[in-house]
Amino acid sequence: MTSASRLSAAVAGTSGVEPPSVGGAVVFALRRDLRVALRSRAELGVELLFYVIVVSLFPLAASPSRAVLSTLGPGVLWTSALLASLLALPRLFAADFADGTLEQMALARGPLAAYASGKMLAHWLTTGLPVAVLAPLLGAQYALDGVALALLAASLLIGTPILSLLGAIGAALTLGTRGGGSLLALLVLPLYAPVLIFGAGAVDAARAGLSAAPQLSLLAAGLLLAVVAVPFAVAAAVRIALD
Amino acid sequence: MIVNWFRYASPVSFYPLAGRLARGFGALAAVFAAIGLWIGLVAAPTDATQGDAYRIIFIHVPTAWMAMIVYVAMAFWSAVALGLNARLSAMMAQALAPTGALMAALALWSGAFWGRPTWGTYWAWDARMTSTLILLFLYLGVIALRQAIDEPRRADRACAVLALVGVVNVPIIYFSVRWWNTLHQGSSISLTAAPKMAMIMLAGLLVMTAAAWCYCIAASLTRVRAIIVERERGSGWVASLIGIGTSP
Repeated sequence: MTSASRLSAAVAGTSGVEPPSVGGAVVFALRRDLRVALRSRAELGVELLFYVIVVSLFPLAASPSRAVLSTLGPGVLWTSALLASLLALPRLFAADFADGTLEQMALARGPLAAYASGKMLAHWLTTGLPVAVLAPLLGAQYALDGVALALLAASLLIGTPILSLLGAIGAALTLGTRGGGSLLALLVLPLYAPVLIFGAGAVDAARAGLSAAPQLSLLAAGLLLAVVAVPFAVAAAVRIALD
Repeated sequence: MIVNWFRYASPVSFYPLAGRLARGFGALAAVFAAIGLWIGLVAAPTDATQGDAYRIIFIHVPTAWMAMIVYVAMAFWSAVALGLNARLSAMMAQALAPTGALMAALALWSGAFWGRPTWGTYWAWDARMTSTLILLFLYLGVIALRQAIDEPRRADRACAVLALVGVVNVPIIYFSVRWWNTLHQGSSISLTAAPKMAMIMLAGLLVMTAAAWCYCIAASLTRVRAIIVERERGSGWVASLIGIGTSP
């Protein structure tokens, strides 16, 4: 059975399909979004390339001196990760909103928050995770040492899922509104501020020879809070957009 | 005496009440501001260390407080609007947003002009300044989202969700920024380290705070009246209110 017919079967409650469990709904949306994303690999590549280019522009604007670069590095690599996450946000819901998939998910017997969770997880796997993997490579260009690079990757691994989660609220709220992209930035970027502070702060602490444990713990706490609370806010926002 | 509060959940009966309250609080704001400014500009002595520059405190601190309080009030009315599906509560939240943004902007502006003579700079990345700036962005986000959605009821609920997400984030932003600041540059610049305040200065500050409260209440009630008239313009009572005969 195709994923589309399985979803509509879940809506109609026919053909002997059990109502999906919460986990089932998460996995369904996750697999579906990953498949869609992998079929437009070029788009994913461009988003990652955007990250690389933004990071490469800062030395041109500031200074190629190693001392300056290693000071700027953590902030630049993190700010660029924020922008890369922001750039990819419209992909999260817009197409599914336009072709009615999102409405089917809202009507389906599985909880909408679970479908939204699967979509957000897929979004992170296709944007945040590649950025976190790529960042140490770019960090080496900013004269960061091994410990700082490891902490950069660790902080991005914990922090970028929060960006996908918070961003999803903005993406859902701006569905079908005028001036989507810039409005989305205005809604989402202020909410990203604490993630940026703790993420870049973790790398800074390592550079200063301090323990980065407090920043990483706070990021992890933020991630847990977001994982628990955000899917319900996103589900509410999607329902508002579908009205 | 039993008051049926839900009666005032209807725009028809709230509209005249809001008018009376707005006039009352507006008058109170003018009286408090006159007293407060007299205390602040005339009665209070010149500060030993800051000279006359410290007098900006009588505008700066009340507006900074109101910027935070109005956001909480906006989030409260947003929660009521979502929870009870109450139209008027959403209108209250809508009416509060521009007032809150104004307060945040005034706090930042007056802070800059206070910072120049005392710290030697218009802007420092002080924790409070930075978090007030982000608070201003949150207000502008709510206002912009409202503008981007044509249908008022949908805009109500979308803005309510955003305001509630924001109110959870405000303390997180505040503490993260504060922590970030102490990590970076220590507390060489701090408002809390100001010398102990004289009684007359404290009195002036409290009176000006009362004026700011009254102003915010009066301004948002006046704005909510305008929003009611605009949204209910199709109804008979608004037509008769503004003197346009309704076609039967």
